[in-house]
Amino acid sequence: MGIMKILIAFILLWPLAGFLFNGLGRNYWSKKVIAYKATGYIVASFIASIFAFMYVQDHGAVTVHYFDFINAASIKIPFDFKVDALSALFLLVITGVGSLIHLYSSAYMKEEAAPHYARYFSYLNLFIFSMLVLVLGDNYVVMFIGWEGVGLCSYLLIGYWFTNGNYNYAAKKAFIMNRIGDLGFLLAIFWIIVKLGSVNYSEVLTADSLAKLSSADITGITLLLFVGAMGKSAQIPLFTWLPDAMAGPTPVSALIHAATMVTAGIYMITRSNLLFSHSELTQHVIAIIGISTALLAATIAIKQNDIKKVLAYSTVSQLGYMFLGLGVGAYSGAVFHVITHAFFKALLFLGAGSVIHAMHHEQDIRKMGGLKSKLPITHITFLIGCIAIAGVPPFSGFFSKDEILAAAFAKSPIYWVLGVIGAAMTAFYMFRLYTTTFLGKFRGTADQENHLHESPLAMTLPLILLAIASALAGAIGIPEIMGGHHWLSHQLIPIVGEPIELGLSHSLEWTLIAVSVGIALVALLWAIAIYKKKTDEAPNTVVGNFFYHKWRIDELYNEAIVYPLNRFAGFLKNTIEKHVIDGAVNGAGKLIQYSARKVRLTQNGQVGYYILFMVTGIIVLFLLWFNDVPIFIFFNKLTQN
Amino acid sequence: MILVSFLFVPILAALLLLLIKDKKNAQWTAIIFSGITLVLACQMLCTNMVDFDKSWLPNLNSRFTLHADGLSKILILLTAISFPAIFIATAKNNFKQSNIFLSLMLFTQAGLMGVFMAGDALLFYFFWELALIPVYFLCSIWGGEKRIAITFKFFIYTFLGSLLMLVGILFLNAHTADHSFSMQSFLHANLTNGQQATGFVLFFIAFAIKMPLFPFHTWQPDTYEQSPTAVTMVMSAVMVKMGLYGILRWLLPLFPVAFMVHTHFMVVLSVIGILYASFIAIRQDDMKRFIAYSSIAHIGLMNAAIFTHTQIAIQGALIQLFSHGLNVLGLWIVADIIEQQTGTRSLQQMGGLAKKQPTLAILLVGFALANIAMPLTNAFVGEFLMFNGLFLLNPWMAAFAGVSVVLAAIYTLNMVQKVAYGEVSEKINTMQAPYKGAQAVLIVLLILVFATGVYPQPLFTLTADTLQQLFVK
Repeated sequence: MGIMKILIAFILLWPLAGFLFNGLGRNYWSKKVIAYKATGYIVASFIASIFAFMYVQDHGAVTVHYFDFINAASIKIPFDFKVDALSALFLLVITGVGSLIHLYSSAYMKEEAAPHYARYFSYLNLFIFSMLVLVLGDNYVVMFIGWEGVGLCSYLLIGYWFTNGNYNYAAKKAFIMNRIGDLGFLLAIFWIIVKLGSVNYSEVLTADSLAKLSSADITGITLLLFVGAMGKSAQIPLFTWLPDAMAGPTPVSALIHAATMVTAGIYMITRSNLLFSHSELTQHVIAIIGISTALLAATIAIKQNDIKKVLAYSTVSQLGYMFLGLGVGAYSGAVFHVITHAFFKALLFLGAGSVIHAMHHEQDIRKMGGLKSKLPITHITFLIGCIAIAGVPPFSGFFSKDEILAAAFAKSPIYWVLGVIGAAMTAFYMFRLYTTTFLGKFRGTADQENHLHESPLAMTLPLILLAIASALAGAIGIPEIMGGHHWLSHQLIPIVGEPIELGLSHSLEWTLIAVSVGIALVALLWAIAIYKKKTDEAPNTVVGNFFYHKWRIDELYNEAIVYPLNRFAGFLKNTIEKHVIDGAVNGAGKLIQYSARKVRLTQNGQVGYYILFMVTGIIVLFLLWFNDVPIFIFFNKLTQN
Repeated sequence: MILVSFLFVPILAALLLLLIKDKKNAQWTAIIFSGITLVLACQMLCTNMVDFDKSWLPNLNSRFTLHADGLSKILILLTAISFPAIFIATAKNNFKQSNIFLSLMLFTQAGLMGVFMAGDALLFYFFWELALIPVYFLCSIWGGEKRIAITFKFFIYTFLGSLLMLVGILFLNAHTADHSFSMQSFLHANLTNGQQATGFVLFFIAFAIKMPLFPFHTWQPDTYEQSPTAVTMVMSAVMVKMGLYGILRWLLPLFPVAFMVHTHFMVVLSVIGILYASFIAIRQDDMKRFIAYSSIAHIGLMNAAIFTHTQIAIQGALIQLFSHGLNVLGLWIVADIIEQQTGTRSLQQMGGLAKKQPTLAILLVGFALANIAMPLTNAFVGEFLMFNGLFLLNPWMAAFAGVSVVLAAIYTLNMVQKVAYGEVSEKINTMQAPYKGAQAVLIVLLILVFATGVYPQPLFTLTADTLQQLFVK
């Protein structure tokens, strides 16, 4: 207990110390000091996380109490943190992938001036801190603190290049969309407090408290929690911020899309799985929104030409799979996919960063091509990432995606069919991206070509490590039909219970795997065959155009929500406020002035006179009262009736 | 005795200032004396208070009674922090006759302190006016171009409210057993439900205008805009709390029946006001008017919270009284620094502060986060509890009011974007590093924002007795 109290404090406080160190000292430290400190703090946190993880392996879950955040008016919200199998896994992913992203950033952001370099790393550290608070908190309010914290950090990092108006806009959009979700989360917390009087997991997530909740309560709470998850994890309809979030520096995208932020929604639902499993309606909603998001984002990704945008939509799509998993009750499958996705998506984004770095900030894949020979390490690691996300065995993405698809099939074959279609699209757009970028001939300028170079070790080392992880991480969840033990689902038994029995025969399961892998392979090879020779120019079909313009959802939101609300605000300001409310006040004032003139009171606009009147008025009132003049007799009469 | 010193020290300083013509000396006098008040206020937190009670107007049966419970203390503390902060932060602003200006400010401080301590209704009224009258002069002499017309409106409006309250006080006095003005006699006045309703309305309008509560708010943006910023800071950080204080101290205990009858109506009215002010804040281009509307929204939430009559929401409101004061003060100081240096309040003409003056931009973002109630800022604690209480009363109310959480993010981030981000605008380009005193005040305030946001427990402890009294009956 005692040791864990110190260990957890270290895990949390190191990133916070890094934030303060670089934030306050931004004008003083050299870039070297800044990068070493920032990365060092996260690595230290990672090492502490490993110890915490091992401790939990031996001794089971641990909760530590520091002090009470709120203890007033019959509610008590402590600053309690808990490490159990679920949070320990997230700890490792966050600090592990986080460390690599920090290391990578130290080289990627080299061109920035020292104060901005420090600002960048302080935000990055704060981001990790917030995410750690989110997963370590032992109650919903502490989770919410981290929840809003990551929203803030994404705002700061997306708008890192703050002189660019569009980037600011993207940052603001991310924050506001997240806030809409946060409101849902907040209302869910209130609902829980009102019904159960506590927000601690150990009191909320029990059979006793389930008994106190009606099914309407459970559905209401879980739907509101899911609204929160929609915002943070970019699901329909709150997903449009995530692709825009690529306005930030590329390593930030890796951080947002892989290790932190977007996985928060999955974490929250997995954490609350007891509630979610008791609302069939919510589960259906989650599964349907998940698969719809997966497909919608995949169609958009197929038509994008910006390397980061393709990856951004692929994140939205992969998150959709995770929600499909949650919706069909495959909690450990969803967590599995979070972990594998963290590896390969971090890898892909960092690889994209390496490409952009080599191409001098060119992001349009149509102007790339043939980078294979110039960027050998980036190329091979990126390829591994593509294979992993496409679901080709034995790379990690295959195992996690397959687990979700099998559970989806058990729930409804329709989910499975749609899931396989999405997987095929994933394989297609990823290899479209890969082929256009790395194969064929170079299509950029001669100047760019001369400067093409492989990135420094600080950038390639994280790529290599992440590539290894992307290739091998499947080992933590090899299913029993393949002779594995599925270590991960055993780990998670204390949180999500025994893995659900799918009731599928082995031969059926093998068939499903064969079909989905087969389709993915066909899509993959097809993409290579097409894009080896040509690139996509501006889309010329109606459907292509529609996908290219992201289903015109941003435009729809603007027309249907943003502009009308803005006009409404203008109407309130210019018409209601000015003419109706203030008009009435001024009208009343004029009336008084008018009648005052009628009784020939002095009226010269000097406040002094009014104060004189006021004092006189008070005296008169007193006199009236002392003489018991009718005014109060009148009042008494009036009120006694 | 310490309670009397909260009146005595500012009044003494105010009188002294009338004799000190030199600007520098006058400023130091004001800062030192308000500093002494602050030290006394800190001392008050750790001493056991004795009520002060002396004969005052014997033929009116009114006594000079001062009393301080948690509610009073937290507002005394806010007043005590705000004045030296304002004096230091605005020390570089140029005024003609600054000794008179500062003297009037200190009279206001005494009045505010009195309002928050008075245990006698007539004394309460006396201080209420004492706090307001210097402000009329401050606005009408040192204000902007349209000051006369605006001050007139402000004066008439608030004076109307005061007058109604006075009528209410006299009305209640007529119904006490011993015809006195003491809080205790008022509490024991025997009122029929109808009489309660009358008293409720008379008091409420005064308080609603002071807060101000939608739709009684239109004097406020104009007055904030036209007043010298130091005065705006006093009004916005401390003075608006008079209305909320009045509701908690007088309205709720004196007219419990009428209060309970009106809860739903008042909550709905407040929620409408919150959303209304939030929408208007989105479209404001004037920095001062922006803060004014944002503040109306925040005050509306506190009023709604009080009228839920739930412990949790009132607890939230009690500490939000304090938190809001600090946060809005920080925003005003930043706005004032920018206005003093660039001569503009128009958000359109700003931009690039983060590039030109990064430290000031960081401070602005810090207070902006408090303005949108980010967790771990002080405002989150209060708002969390208040929304929770609203949810308890009616989940839909919480959901509607909750929209303001999103709207607050929209208008605040719009403001931050226009002021701090983008390329450096012509106006912002003229800016120098802010004067050290103002910067120090901002840093101290920001530390308080986060310290009480992470560990709000001392504020809960401070206000626990008030909460208990309110719900004991």
